[in-house]
Amino acid sequence: MTSSNPVANAGSGLPSSTDPVPDVRFSLPTPPTTPATHGSVTVDDVALAAEYIGFAPTAGSDPVRPATAEIAEYALWLGDDALILAQQLAGWITRAPELEEDMALANIALDLLGHARSLLRYAGAYDGRTEDDLAYLRDASAFRCAWLFEQPNGDFAQTIARQLVASGYLFELYTALNASSDATLAAIAAKAVREVEYHRDHAVQWTLRLAGGTDESRRRMIRAIGDVWPYVDELFRDEALIEELEGIAARPSMLRVRFDAVIDAVFREATLEVPDVAPSAAGGRRGRHFTTLGPLLAEMQVLARAHPGATW
Amino acid sequence: MVIHTLLPDSPPVREDSPPVPETVEGSPATRAPVPELVEGSPTTRARAIAGAVVDPEIPVLTIADLGVLRDVRIDGARATVTITPTYSGCPAMDAIRDDVILALTDAGFADVRVEVVLSPVWTTDWMTDAGKRRLREFGIAPPTGQRAVGPIPVALAVRCPRCGSLDTREVSRFGSTSCKALFECRACLEPFDHFKVH
Repeated sequence: MTSSNPVANAGSGLPSSTDPVPDVRFSLPTPPTTPATHGSVTVDDVALAAEYIGFAPTAGSDPVRPATAEIAEYALWLGDDALILAQQLAGWITRAPELEEDMALANIALDLLGHARSLLRYAGAYDGRTEDDLAYLRDASAFRCAWLFEQPNGDFAQTIARQLVASGYLFELYTALNASSDATLAAIAAKAVREVEYHRDHAVQWTLRLAGGTDESRRRMIRAIGDVWPYVDELFRDEALIEELEGIAARPSMLRVRFDAVIDAVFREATLEVPDVAPSAAGGRRGRHFTTLGPLLAEMQVLARAHPGATW
Repeated sequence: MVIHTLLPDSPPVREDSPPVPETVEGSPATRAPVPELVEGSPTTRARAIAGAVVDPEIPVLTIADLGVLRDVRIDGARATVTITPTYSGCPAMDAIRDDVILALTDAGFADVRVEVVLSPVWTTDWMTDAGKRRLREFGIAPPTGQRAVGPIPVALAVRCPRCGSLDTREVSRFGSTSCKALFECRACLEPFDHFKVH
């Protein structure tokens, strides 16, 4: 899609592997311009039209259609990551170690669900499918989420380890995607990056607390990191699709340096070490999934499939 | 793009709004003030009416206070209202969209469209000073200062909306809605919500 979005085109493009590693403690997306006065906001009409992605699948809505099948596929990947992680985190509601964590994990899930809805709505617009079609009516082999997001909740430490990796990756992804030449992806990313930064902060704080807490909490945190780390590698692999999306997609391999720098800073503070584990044979982007995805989808989809088109 | 359109031959059913209580001293209003009978051009009227729709979760704030209302345009018989979400997953957006359509349809606008945009991205900088004041009077600490940044951020003290003390403690980084965190005051011992800097 050719964009006239001044924001999307303002940057010098996506980060390259030669960019210096930033001071990770203060690595941030470009801060938004503070509006001098409230109200009477005007934005270029063409740019706005590209971002009318809406929220509810209301009759008569007419979402923006991705320019190519490749862009739609890419949006599907990112949407599936967010959707599956949201569904997993929702499993903690009423079961977290304390009430505040029930709320925290539910709030994080809600943000992720918002990202998933925007991304899947965009992806589905390419061939006339709704966000609900994509969420509820696809079988596991049609999902494109990475294996990290399919890892079981495990104990609380494992969920935190998964959150640390997920939010660290998503922060770098959306930061880079903010400069995408695709106006819709750039708008979704600009919105999402502020939220996943807060999720990352939550995960970092718990990582420090568990690693520096009791012998038991530290033992569990170390075990959790070891269980999750084989699935880090897949997030940063450049699949063939990425080659078709120059300037549109964020190149996964180029996000790795910044991600590693943040993890290093956190682990240094928590006196943890990156585990020496072999990467998994994960193939989520090609529809090969971890064993957890089938049961997870069964639970997520059963109502919508038993009562097609039902509303409440 | 049409998100939702109500035509005049399918009028919304809504009971008359209950009278809004006057603000009594020491007893802050629990809803945002309803605007006076609005006169002027259709655009002025539509802007005032749409802007007076309140956030269903924080009824003391209008969507104009929140910065959720981005634009109101009149084109012939059609009113087009543009809103933006606070948080990506905020479920209040659907209610706000419906309330905008109801309010404008009630006021005689036959063809109302509500469009949702994500850009420019909403932050708490879009909230008006009047909105922040009403939040405080309502018992919610308004967003102040800058976002804490970086992977290991340092948070700033939040002032208790009840006694004004800065001796407060964050109980939970997440609260009853996406936009709030839970605090307690060490001085007056009251718990309170804080509208997060975003």
